[in-house]
Amino acid sequence: MKLLVAVKRVIDYNVKVRVKADQTGVDLANVKMSMNPFDEIAVEEAVRLKEAGIATEVVVVSLGVLQSQETLRTALAMGADRAILVQTDAELQPLAVAKLLKAVVDKEAPQLVILGKQAIDDDSNQTGQMLAALLDWPQATFASKVVVAGSEATVTREIDGGLETLAVSLPAIITTDLRLNEPRYASLPNIMKAKKKPLDVIDPASLGVDIAPRLTTLKVTEPPKRQGGVKVASVADLVAKLRTEAKVI
Amino acid sequence: MAVLVIAEQGAGSLKPATLNAVTAAAKLGDVHVLVAGAGIGAAVEAAKAIAGVSKVLSADSADYAHGLAEALTPLVVSVAKGYDAVVASATTFGKNLLPRVAALLDVQQISEVVAIENADTFVRPIYAGNALATVKSADTIKVMTVRATAFDAAPAIGGSASVEAVAVIAGSGKSAFVGQELSKSERPELTAARIVISGGRGMQNGENFQLLEAVADKLGAAVGASRAAVDAGFVPNDYQVGQTGKIVAPDLYIAVGISGAIQHLAGMKDSKVIVAINKDEEAPIFQIADYGLVADLFKAVPELKEELDRSA
Ligand SMILES: Cc1cc2nc3c(=O)[nH]c(=O)nc-3n(C[C@H](O)[C@H](O)[C@H](O)COP(=O)(O)OP(=O)(O)OC[C@H]3O[C@@H](n4cnc5c(N)ncnc54)[C@H](O)[C@@H]3O)c2cc1C
Ligand SMILES: Nc1ncnc2c1ncn2[C@@H]1O[C@H](COP(=O)(O)O)[C@@H](O)[C@H]1O
Repeated sequence: MKLLVAVKRVIDYNVKVRVKADQTGVDLANVKMSMNPFDEIAVEEAVRLKEAGIATEVVVVSLGVLQSQETLRTALAMGADRAILVQTDAELQPLAVAKLLKAVVDKEAPQLVILGKQAIDDDSNQTGQMLAALLDWPQATFASKVVVAGSEATVTREIDGGLETLAVSLPAIITTDLRLNEPRYASLPNIMKAKKKPLDVIDPASLGVDIAPRLTTLKVTEPPKRQGGVKVASVADLVAKLRTEAKVI
Repeated sequence: MAVLVIAEQGAGSLKPATLNAVTAAAKLGDVHVLVAGAGIGAAVEAAKAIAGVSKVLSADSADYAHGLAEALTPLVVSVAKGYDAVVASATTFGKNLLPRVAALLDVQQISEVVAIENADTFVRPIYAGNALATVKSADTIKVMTVRATAFDAAPAIGGSASVEAVAVIAGSGKSAFVGQELSKSERPELTAARIVISGGRGMQNGENFQLLEAVADKLGAAVGASRAAVDAGFVPNDYQVGQTGKIVAPDLYIAVGISGAIQHLAGMKDSKVIVAINKDEEAPIFQIADYGLVADLFKAVPELKEELDRSA
């Protein structure tokens, strides 16, 4: 069974994000970029399915700028077999990403596509669901446990009230939540090996998809800053302040 | 303009976040609410009574019993075509369903809207809430999830909407509900509570959360947690507050043994009053706390409970 995993290059989750003074966006010049953390979890899950003998090939795909090759190489070093970069400098919104991914899926014909539940830059949480819709495949979002057996995946999902388990027939879409697994670090030999694994670069135009953004960003601003308050000396002091000053208890 | 709100319902009642979605939708136009499920009589009655709702569309079918996206999408897509906007609350139900609907409508969804400027311009947080983007949509139908903490709940009574049954459309049947494990709690729901007390890695284990529960019961508070506490298995996943967990904005948020990573702050920094209890005076949580107590939580939290008992 072939697996496809979508990995996005995003600002590293440790970076303190700064809004640009001209309100056109956030400052990405010279900041550390990494694989979206949820996508690391997706790659890890796919590689484990391969190690368990359930998957035969893991293909990773990224859409975006040339440097996304680094993200793909990281995925290859984690154990993916082959990579595809749909290279573009254009702004891609989730609907466009889903349409491009659909075109890739149509070519590659995987049985399972694993994505992150959310990219930590745009915080959209849409692409997997949209891809499932366009393919008319079932979706198991926010997965914390995946069991693939035969022509079905049984997936435990993190929902607001607790956990829910679904059975989806393959081919299917899965999006990862934080508790699905703990991604491995790539070892040095594997990083070296990854340099030799195939990485195809394709032009989005060749996929025949309309990727024009539907949303125009008018401005990006800093949220109202919270002022730090005071330190209290004791629990008694705290309770008194909450009662008489803040009046919240 | 007519706006369709996708209600969230279950176990015979309407989920409270639907009320916040109605308030957001009312800023865009005349509000209709779609209630889809199995055995939805009580939820339809509740939707009818919401102030500001003019029509309730009801779709009662065993197919919709578990709110699966595959089952509901064809129905929602078909109903949505008659509207200028489709709104759902940014709960796990709304986040799972609405992008699937948007894609089939060929619309770019706008996620987690926190402000509505006008019919096509919306504000949404990006980068874990470190920036706010104002976006203008070029799509003919606007499809959006809205953040409950950014919109007041519409009054649950006072409305008298008409009810119309809509034809049930079968879904794909490619997914099936197997089971669920819901956390049971007598305490208020995390996202709706007036007071929240959350524990982090500093709690050390799940049993120690009883210290927080004792305070929560005293204050009528909900209990939450950081990702670290959930990952370590101290508490269930649905306790997680943050960028990728639940967004809360109570009158009072008490963070105990939580360092204050940006991903956690993203979920609670709009709380009215923030209290932090942490033994490390350098912990970043103190930079946003209105009241900071540098102390060992194992001493401070029991003391807090006693102090509340005493002065109640
Ligand atoms: C993709 C991604 C998504 C994430 N999403 C979320 C999210 O939604 N929510 C979230 O919370 N995190 C999230 N995180 C994780 C986040 O980055 C932090 O790792 C996490 O919030 C840390 O939890 P913590 O504060 O409990 O633990 P720590 O950072 O380890 O802090 C523990 C604190 O407890 C204090 N402490 C220890 N013992 C005591 C004691 N006896 N008395 C008093 N204080 C004590 C310490 O001084 C320390 O400040 C996410 C991370 C990633 C990469
Ligand atoms: N440009 C991209 N390249 C590859 N994968 C992407 C891209 N954008 C989004 N994804 C995938 O879709 C998931 C959800 O992203 P989003 O819907 O933007 O929050 C991510 O975790 C990735 O798996």
